[in-house]
Amino acid sequence: MDDFLAARSQMALSLAFHIIFSCIGMVMPFFMAVAHYRWLKTKKDVYKNITKAWSKGVAIFFATGAVSGTVLSFELGLLWPKFMQHAGPIFGMPFSLEGVAFFIEAIALGFFLYGWDRFNKWFHWFTGLVVGISGFLSGILVVSANAWMNSPAGFDYINGQYVNIDPIKAMFNNAWFSQALHMSIAAFAATGFAVAGLHAFMILKKKNTAFHGESFKIAVMFGIVAAILQPFSGDLSAKFVAKTQPAKLAAMESLFHTQKSAPLLIGGFPDVKNKKVNYGIELPGMLSFMVYEDFNKEVKGLDAIPEPDQPPVAVTHYAFQIMVILGICMFLLSVMYIIALLKKRSWLGTTWLLKFFVAAVPAGFIAIEAGWTVTEVGRQPWIINGYLRTVDAVTPMPGISYTFYLFTAVYISLSFVVIFLLHRQIKMVPVLYDIPGKIKAV
Amino acid sequence: MQYVVITYLFLSILLYFLLGGADFGAGIIELVTSKRNRNKTRTISYHAIGPIWEANHMWLIIAIVILFVGYPRIYTTMSLYLHIPLLAMLMGIIARGTAFVFRSYDAVKDNMQRIYNRIFILSSCITPFFLGVIAASAISGRIDTNADTFLSAYIFSWLHWFSIAVGFFTMALSGFLAAIYLIGEAEDDNSRRRFIRKTRMMNIAAVIFGVLVFVAAWVEGIPLTHWIFENVFGLSAVTLAAISLVILWVFIYQGHTKIIRLLAGFQVTMILFSIGYSQFPDFIIIKNGINLSLFNSGANDKTINALGLALLAGSVLILPFLGYLLYSFQKQPLSANPSPEG
Ligand code: HDD
Ligand code: HEM
Ligand code: HEM
Repeated sequence: MDDFLAARSQMALSLAFHIIFSCIGMVMPFFMAVAHYRWLKTKKDVYKNITKAWSKGVAIFFATGAVSGTVLSFELGLLWPKFMQHAGPIFGMPFSLEGVAFFIEAIALGFFLYGWDRFNKWFHWFTGLVVGISGFLSGILVVSANAWMNSPAGFDYINGQYVNIDPIKAMFNNAWFSQALHMSIAAFAATGFAVAGLHAFMILKKKNTAFHGESFKIAVMFGIVAAILQPFSGDLSAKFVAKTQPAKLAAMESLFHTQKSAPLLIGGFPDVKNKKVNYGIELPGMLSFMVYEDFNKEVKGLDAIPEPDQPPVAVTHYAFQIMVILGICMFLLSVMYIIALLKKRSWLGTTWLLKFFVAAVPAGFIAIEAGWTVTEVGRQPWIINGYLRTVDAVTPMPGISYTFYLFTAVYISLSFVVIFLLHRQIKMVPVLYDIPGKIKAV
Repeated sequence: MQYVVITYLFLSILLYFLLGGADFGAGIIELVTSKRNRNKTRTISYHAIGPIWEANHMWLIIAIVILFVGYPRIYTTMSLYLHIPLLAMLMGIIARGTAFVFRSYDAVKDNMQRIYNRIFILSSCITPFFLGVIAASAISGRIDTNADTFLSAYIFSWLHWFSIAVGFFTMALSGFLAAIYLIGEAEDDNSRRRFIRKTRMMNIAAVIFGVLVFVAAWVEGIPLTHWIFENVFGLSAVTLAAISLVILWVFIYQGHTKIIRLLAGFQVTMILFSIGYSQFPDFIIIKNGINLSLFNSGANDKTINALGLALLAGSVLILPFLGYLLYSFQKQPLSANPSPEG
């Protein structure tokens, strides 16, 4: 494997791994806080058990998220030294604030995990909430750093030098808001669906319905609200991409030719050589409408971009399609769930609905990985959009393919251990928290 | 602001050495404890490091972030030429952090525990070793920005007797810090005596490796004695460290747990100070080139200002919180907190 490809793959692998753990680590504390709140209010043991079971999950994910994040902060330099040399001082601001947020998060987690029955119960509850809030803030901050790579701001580029640096402007670049919004909602949607689905599975198996039923209710609430908001925020993201990164938009939509009243493409296989798309469904004018709110506006195609600056079309397009399809499925499932609630049907009885939730366990996370692929691959060949090429940023050290294999092995084994642990955690639920009793329908 | 940032940088490196060192040292102590007593040692060190290990590890992140935001050239030079030891240290960090959490949160306590323990111990040794190697390489003047072969650029930059000796020295110091820390955590006399024995053992190891560091420096032609002993500050720092070591042993036998912790921390601080002072403001010594110093490699003023403000504001938020955490978990009987399940 050539070193450049290996470096990119290693970066992508580490990020793809980190993002799963960090999403769960930033969202689960909120679920926990809700369960904890109910326990404090109602004194029903089931809520206490849920809180404790989840808090163990949070600890596992937090630690894995923290180490994989530490690895990333080194890897940025190990793999992309020339990028960091220029970019560090410009886009470092969110990272320094993120450090503060992480710190608070770790301290609050210490209080929370080891503080049962030691502190005032509301103070203890509050520390749990602080874990969530600071995790959430760090997510937003780091995404704003990534947004800077897509939409660089806060410096002047004169004779190959980055001068007049303004880290605050860099942080509030054009893309930060839409990306941070979309990512935060995505984290809630993905984690909510995954957790709800796992508990739905246990309900279907008729194990500890009381425990799993209450857990399901909490997780699914977060999940559906986020999943319903997600397409709207995605639409906003697309508008921003159109404004700041026309090449990425063209690749996402496989729009080879600049045209007025551009069509929205659904599915299809882009044929890059012949610059056309096979078997796609085109909705005329819809793309123009989506990004400019005007059916006739012109949308830039790939032909407006010099050949060496074009991103890989096929990967970007497929990844975008996957994300959108999953997003729509999650949206529909959420709407169905709400209808079921409104009709006051017992969702415990509607097994088919629960089965859908079980099927949707991985959906959100697949969409997240796909979404990041759109963002990152769609930015290629640039690492700092329009300023620095990825090839020029890679480390000159040879042999990166070996470190890539090493990381792959480590990450695969870690994933296995985490799955194994969670499996055990779930298996132990009857032993640790066996409480008889049924819950009624919502 | 320049100085605020530099202060934070050194402070976070120092704290990582001290707290992280004690933390990794706990694994080293576990290694040198006989099988019979391992379980007991483990329970005590769990109790001791459980609530704070996440926070310890944070100092490393702060140091890295300060480097890449404020001193990008230092950060990139290190990550380029010290790629391999950094990678090894990272592997240690990954393995150790995950093994620690896995072993305390695994819902079933069975044979898997033995595997977690092995990984935990092994990675507790690797990480401080490579931390020492990296620190030594930064000042040993072997980083060659004009190197044209793989070996001279990426291997000899860190692989030499001096860095290896410093690696072992760092391990011994970590063990020493941990043993001292654990003396204060022990509940019964038996464990206490055991930790005192470990402290003695680590102390001897540290002295031996300390001497080896000087020998290795001499072999490699690194003017270490010159750096440390030819200025008042270095000389007095080392002297103070030696004197406090004697006092430390007096207090150990008298059972003043708080004072010995402070003294041990003081010694390590003095060791780092003596070397840091002799080099300041240079951070990385380059073979046949201009050294990277904290003054010639800094980012632009605006970034440094913003970074300094972020650090100051962060401290105002964090310190009371952290203090309260440490305070709350200071003197709790072991029985009150058997495990995080509560
Ligand atoms: C649960 C996950 C999830 C779901 C269901 C969706 N997305 Fe998404 N999307 C993400 C998760 C995500 C992400 C992983 O969070 C990304 C990657 C970068 C970012 O900021 O968010 C992203 C990026 C991203 C981008 C590129 C932003 C950029 O590069 O700056 C666009 C245009 C969209 N999304 C649009 C949509 C649309 C129209 C959806 C319709 C349903 C949608 N997303 C569903
Ligand atoms: C968009 C992608 C990313 C998101 C959403 C994200 C989010 C998060 C979150 C929420 C955490 C807290 C972990 C937890 O609560 O379990 C975390 C940890 C961490 N992340 Fe990321 N991160 C991203 C990418 C990165 C990158 C690129 C870096 C490297 C510079 C990084 C560095 C870290 C570090 C050092 C930690 C550990 C800090 C700790 O101990 O809490 N992250 N990340
Ligand atoms: C966490 C979710 C993320 C995922 C899954 C992700 C995914 C990827 C992928 C797939 C690539 C390789 C691109 C290619 O091969 O064409 C890549 C590259 C890269 N990403 Fe991301 N990315 C994420 C977030 C971030 C963030 C938050 C940052 C930094 C702040 C970042 C920085 C980079 C860098 C430096 C590269 C290497 C250069 C490049 O190939 O573009 N990424 N990432």
